[in-house]
This record gives sequence, structure tokens and C-alpha cells, in this order.
Amino acid sequence: MDSNPTLEKVAKGNALALCAAGPWTAPFAPALERMVAEAEASGGGGTISIDVSQVSRLDTFGAWLIERLRRSLTNGGVEPPIAGLSAAYASLVNEVRRVQSSDAPTTSPLRLRAPLEQIGRSVVGFGDTLVNLVAMTGAVTVSTLRLLRHPLSFRLTSTVHHLEQVCWRAVPIVVLITFLIGCIVAQQGIFHFRKFGADVFVVDMLGVLVLRELGVLLVAIMVAGRSGSAYTAELGSMKMREEIDALRTMGFDPTDVLVMPRLVALLLAVPMLTFLGVIAALYGGGLVAWLYGGVEPDAFLMRLRDSISIDHFIVGMIKAPVMALVIAVVACVEGMAVQGSAESLGRHTTSSVVKSIFFVIVMDGLFAIIFASIGM
Amino acid sequence: MAKSMPKKKPAEPIIRVRDVTVQFGATKVLDGLDLDVQRGEILGFVGPSGAGKSVLTRTIIGLVPKISGSIEVFGVDLDKANARERRSVERRWGILFQQGALFSSLTVRQNIQFPVREYLKLSQRLLDEITIAKLAMVGLRPEVADRMPSELSGGMIKRVALARALALDPELVFLDEPTSGLDPIGAGEFDELVRTLQRTLGLTVFMVTHDLDSLHTACDRIAVLGDGKIIAAGSMGEMKASRHPWLRQYFHGKRARAVAGA
Repeated sequence: MDSNPTLEKVAKGNALALCAAGPWTAPFAPALERMVAEAEASGGGGTISIDVSQVSRLDTFGAWLIERLRRSLTNGGVEPPIAGLSAAYASLVNEVRRVQSSDAPTTSPLRLRAPLEQIGRSVVGFGDTLVNLVAMTGAVTVSTLRLLRHPLSFRLTSTVHHLEQVCWRAVPIVVLITFLIGCIVAQQGIFHFRKFGADVFVVDMLGVLVLRELGVLLVAIMVAGRSGSAYTAELGSMKMREEIDALRTMGFDPTDVLVMPRLVALLLAVPMLTFLGVIAALYGGGLVAWLYGGVEPDAFLMRLRDSISIDHFIVGMIKAPVMALVIAVVACVEGMAVQGSAESLGRHTTSSVVKSIFFVIVMDGLFAIIFASIGM
Repeated sequence: MAKSMPKKKPAEPIIRVRDVTVQFGATKVLDGLDLDVQRGEILGFVGPSGAGKSVLTRTIIGLVPKISGSIEVFGVDLDKANARERRSVERRWGILFQQGALFSSLTVRQNIQFPVREYLKLSQRLLDEITIAKLAMVGLRPEVADRMPSELSGGMIKRVALARALALDPELVFLDEPTSGLDPIGAGEFDELVRTLQRTLGLTVFMVTHDLDSLHTACDRIAVLGDGKIIAAGSMGEMKASRHPWLRQYFHGKRARAVAGA
């Protein structure tokens, strides 16, 4: 490395010259910037020229700082001349000279601007989501009507493939989780009910809770996390690589080809998984009631038969396909909303899971109101 | 190591590739290849598709392992260099990948500032001004700085990627098919840009290309890859005079005649 760069004031007769010397290159940029700032502060007054004949090396960083100095010393339209510029560096300096003075990024004096903007964007974004959900539901409805008129155009192979992915392969994890939750609910129930000598009521609680709420909710949340995210990622990466545009130009409706098979697969899968999940949860609860609470299996089944009616089971099963519809529509809307970048794909996959779980719980609340009012 | 503008010193190759062999499975892609790139020149690197042009580029920059041979860049043998020497070499080169390879989660401004921040401690003001200057050099307006890469057209992506490759004022730039996917006008502007930058910044340019126009307008020297070796290297005139069958076909084919006639 050669010596450090310098910038010195030299008086030449009446005129004042700023003499730059040494390497004016990127590694020295912080020091150079300081020197230029000092020269700017003390500069002005008298004729000033910038002498660069002693500069040993120059790159964009140095050239820009000389240009910055020249601009700040420009006084009433008179630019200080740059002297001693070698031919080799002249083109670089000229290149930098063409750069428009960059306006500082416009920062609003209002500090609250960014958070306010964020809130505004979120509100608009939520509105857009609702509109997109309605649009997708409409597209699915049209597609369904078309299918009813031409049942043979249904894509069975694709549907079976998706059914394997979202139903068959999901069975082990769904059964395991619901079994464990059944165990936990039963254990907690027995532990607390025992204080009142009401152990046996745990069967009532388990039956009603699992059949009406827990089974379908757990399955829906798991499916949203497992299959909804997969749908969004699949559709999103197809969108990114223009595959969906390609389909459209070949005369296919993406709703028919991509959305319907996934939707139908999920409509079949969620009720089946819910049924399996309910059985597994009751089994787990029964096991805990027997081993931990001392309720014999015979007594458990008897009590269960008395405490629950077919209504409870129907309530859970009615909810299941609706949850499937919500998850599939949200996942497909998010997938179709993916833009060109991988980051956008990640963001939409996350928001697909978050939104579908949110809507699943909202739907569950609505169902609770409806079933209560019709006395089921 | 002081290096200023290109003064013709032909005895000083900036890249020195000797007897390099690269093998994928059983196929030898490069087989005892020798290549010199001189300081300050624009070397156009051509060859049939699948001949290993990108492989050689990636071998030089260290992304593909080689079986044998040596590669020196700026006089540093990259196999024997320690981490610090390697970093100092990497700081002095810039690479433009075929698809741009802009970081999709960063804005254009952040993409260009990324390598600068890593190596230099600059004030935010100087960083922003240098970013705008780099954008202007590649012919883009300052407004582009706050866009995301997904909002750019193909030609703009190449320009921003070039601006990022130039961010640290490198002495050597690798361009992998810089004009592929650009329209002829855009490609022509890009060639012109490379030439201008080479003149103003004193760059050495290693350009993999298929574009005959680029070879004509931008390149000082052309190297041709075939059968894992350099089968010819020289000026455009020498290439055209060559008797090699692939060269004859390449430089005297229909497309070449159309270019020459234009």
C-alpha cells in the first residue's frame, strides 16, 4: 500500500487551490469523505481550483468525492476548474459528472407516517383478501356448475393423487395427535372432577367436546398447516414460473385444472380424517379413564352411549367439509397471489396457514351460534 | 500492487489457467485447459452449447472443484491462498451471473450496497451517492434504486446485476452470457456499456457469450472452447481466417454473414 491520500489548501498567488494527492480509492473512502467535508466547510471565498495532478490512483469512489467537492464549491454558477486531470481519469470523472445530484430520500417530518402507512396497508390488504376469497368462491362455483353439466371433464387422476397426499398420508399424524389430545383432556377432567367426586362425568365431557369441537378443529388446523401450505406453495411456484399463464394460453381454466382437484380432495379428506380423529381421541380418552381414572371400558361405553346422541356426531361432521372448503379456498387464493420472487412465495405460504386457521375458528364460532339457535 | 488505468503491459496476465481438468462423473468437461487473460482486455469466450464455458468460469471463481491444474488470478494461486488472500482477491473481482442472481428480498439499492457494506465502512450518505452513481453508469435512473428485483424487466436485472458486480470498483469482471435474453437493441446497448466501463474504469472483462454482435463490437480477443481445450484464441480477424471446422461454421454461418453484412 502506498501512502495515505491527502487534500491540502495551497495558495497560488491570489487563487486558492485544493491539492489532492495519493490514492483516492475505495479503501480510503471514509478518510477522504472527512477531508472533503472539512474542505467544504472551510471552502468558499476567493477563487478556488481543484488540483488532482498528484493523485496516484482514482476509482469511482474518489472520483465521486472530487465531484461532490466541486459541486459544493460551485458558487453562483461558477464551477471550480479541475486541474491536472490525466487523460486516463478524465473519462471516469466525466462519467461521474453526469450523475444527477441525488435527492435525499424523502422522509416525512411526521414520525407516525410509517406505522400509519402500515396500518393502512393492512386494512386494504384485508379488504383485498376478502374480495379475492369471494372471487375464488365464485370461480369454484362456476367450475362446479360446469362439471355438473360435463361430469366427464372432471380430473379424477389428479384428484386421487391429491387425495393420497392430503388424506392417506395424513392419517398417522392426525390419529396420533388426536389420540394424545383425547388422553390429555380425559386426564385433566378426571384430575379436577375427582375433587367433587364426579369422575364419571369426564365421559360426558370427553364425548361432547371431542365429537362437537375438538375432533374437527384439530383436524382442520392440522390440515391447514400440512396441506393448505402445500397447496399454496405448489400453486405459488407454478405462478412464479409462468406455468399458470401457460395453462391459460392453452385454453385451460386454472380453476378447473388446479383448484378443483385439490378442493375435491380436501372436501373428501377432512371428513374422513375428522372421523378417524374423533375415534382416536375417544379411544385415548377411554384408555386414560380406565388406566388413570379406574373407569372400566364397559362402564365407559355405557356412559358414553347415554351421554351423547347422534346429533353431536352430526354437528362435527357437518362442519368438516365446510372447514375443508375454507382451507382450500384460502390456500388457492394465496397461491395465485404469489408474485415473482421466492420471498413472496414464503410470505404467502405463511399467510395461507395463518388465514385459514383464523377463518376455521371464525366458522366454528358461527356454527356454534347456528347450532345453538336450532337446538342441536 | 498499485494498479491504475490499463497500460499495455502484455506480459502480465490477470488470469492464468494452466492444465486445468474438471470432471463430472465419468465425463471430462475440461481436459488440460490453458488460458491467459491479459490486463485491460475484453476477452470473449465462445464455444458450442455444453462445451463447458460456464464450467470454466465457475472453476476460475472457485464454485466448481477441479481435478488437476492451477489457476492464478492477480498472481495469486487460489488453491494455495489462505482465507485472507482469497478474500482480497474476491474483493477485486465482480461477477455477473447469467440470471442476475440479485437477492430477491433486498431492494436494488440494498443489493448494490451489500458488498460495499461488507468491505468498507462508509457513511450512509456516501453509500447512497455511490449507489446512484453506479446506477447511472449502467444507464439506470435513480428511481430504480427503491424497486425490488421482482419489479424489474430482464434488461434492467442485468444492468442492476452489473452495477452490483461493479460496486467495489473491481479490476476484473466475469460476465456470464450478459446479453442473453435481451432484445438486439438492449444487447447492443449492453455491449456499448461494457466497452465504456472498460475504458473509464480500466476493467478487464471475461465474457462468456453466444452473441456474435457482442464478439464483433465489444471484444478485443476471442477464445474458443472445444473438446475441453482452448482450440483457438485471437482477434476476430484471426478467428475468421481459421481453418477449424467449428470455427468456420460459427464465424461463416448464415447468422455470422448477416451480422457481418449489417
